[in-house]
Amino acid sequence: MPSLKDLKNRIASVKSTRKITKAMQMVAAAKLRRAQDAAEAARPYAERFNAVMAGLASSVGGSDGAPRLLAGTGKEDVHLLVVMTAERGLCGGFNGSIVRKARIRASELLAQGKTVKILTVGKKGREMLRRDYGKYFVGHIDLTDVKRVGYANAQDIARDVLGRFDADEFDVATIYYARFQNVITQIPTEQQIIPAHFEGGEEADTALYDYEPGEEEILADLLPRGVATQIFAALLENAASEQGARMSAMDNATRNAGEMIDKLTIEYNRSRQAVITNELIEIISGAEAL
Amino acid sequence: MADTLQFDLVSPERKLASVQATEVRIPGTDGDLTAMAGHTPTITTLRPGLLQVVHQGGTDDYVVSGGFAEIGFDGVSVLAERALPRGEVTQEVYEGMVEEFAAAHRDARARFENEPGPVDDTAKLLADMVAVGTHIGLDPKQPNF
Repeated sequence: MPSLKDLKNRIASVKSTRKITKAMQMVAAAKLRRAQDAAEAARPYAERFNAVMAGLASSVGGSDGAPRLLAGTGKEDVHLLVVMTAERGLCGGFNGSIVRKARIRASELLAQGKTVKILTVGKKGREMLRRDYGKYFVGHIDLTDVKRVGYANAQDIARDVLGRFDADEFDVATIYYARFQNVITQIPTEQQIIPAHFEGGEEADTALYDYEPGEEEILADLLPRGVATQIFAALLENAASEQGARMSAMDNATRNAGEMIDKLTIEYNRSRQAVITNELIEIISGAEAL
Repeated sequence: MADTLQFDLVSPERKLASVQATEVRIPGTDGDLTAMAGHTPTITTLRPGLLQVVHQGGTDDYVVSGGFAEIGFDGVSVLAERALPRGEVTQEVYEGMVEEFAAAHRDARARFENEPGPVDDTAKLLADMVAVGTHIGLDPKQPNF
C-alpha cells in the first residue's frame, strides 16, 4: 500500500505526462496538416510524370536498347532495400511496421540465397535493424536536421542509390515506407524502384507524340528523375504517416493518462479516508478508555 | 477556345501556374520552341532556361532548371525539376543555382577524366544556366564563361 505522499507524487507526475502527450498530439496535428498539404501539392507532378513515363516505357521498353534502369541488369541476385523511417520515436507502430515489412523481405531473400544490402533513411529504422541485419548495412542517410523534406532531400537519396546502381552494387532496389491513409491507418508499403516499372498510363496516346530529342534519349534523361520522384513521394507519404501515427499514439497516451489519474485519485481519496477513519477511531477509543 | 491553350507548370514540390495561355515559349534541350494552340503533340526535355508564358494578363517568366514539357492536344504541361517565377530569382538564388551546376560540372570532370561525354553534358548545362543570367540581368560570377 503506497503512502499518501507517494500517491500524490504519482498523480502529479502522471498529470505532467498528460500535459506533454497532449502538447505532442497538438503539435503532430499541426505538422500533419502541413505534411498533407505538401503531399497534396506534389501529387500533380508525380501523376503527370508517371503517365508520361508509362507511355514512354511501354513503347521503348521492349527494345534491346532499353536503358538499364528500366530493363534491369538481367540478374536478380543482389537486392538493395531502402528502409525509410522516422528520425524520432513516440509515434506508435509507425517505425516498427515498416521495419517488420523490410525484415520479412530480407529474411525471404536470404533464404533464397540472394544477397541483401540495406540502406537506411532515418535513424529509428537503423537502430531497429542493426542487431539482426547490421552486417548488411551499406549506408545511411540522416535527415535529423531536415525540418521539412524537400525535393532536394529526395535527390540526395536518389543520387546515392543511382551511384550504387551505376557501380553495379545491386540489381534490384526496393523502398520501404508507410503510405498515409488516415490518422489511424498507415500502410507499410514496399515499392520496387529499380528496375523501374510504371503503372497505368495512356499507352495508346503516346504514339501520337513527337519526341525531341528521341524517345530513348528522353527516357534515359527521365528515368533517374523518376527514381527521385518516387523517393520524394515516399518521403512525403512517410512524413504524413509519421505525424498521423504520432497523433493517434499521443491521443491514446493522453487518454490513458487521464484514466490513470482518475484511478489514482480514487485510490488517494480512499486511503485518505482510511487515515481519517483510523484517527477518529483512535480518538474515540481513547475517550472511552477514560 | 481556338487560340488559347491550358498551361500548367508544376514542380515536384508545388504547382506554380495554371492559366489559359496564348503562347508558351519553352527552352527545349534541342532548342527553344513556342507552343500555341494546335501545336503537334510533343514531348521535349528542358534545358536550364527561361520559360515564358503569354496570356491575357501579360507575360510571365519562369526560370526552370531541367525537366520536361508535354504539349498535348488540349494544353501544355511543364514538369520542371525546379522552377521559380522570375521575380523570386534574386542574385543570391541565382548564384546558388549556378553553383549547383558548376559543382556538377567539377564533379563530372573529376569522375570521368577520359570520357568527354558526361563532362560536356554538364558543361552545357552550366553554360545554359549562365546564359539565363545574362537574359535576366544577373551576374553568374563564373570566371570561366
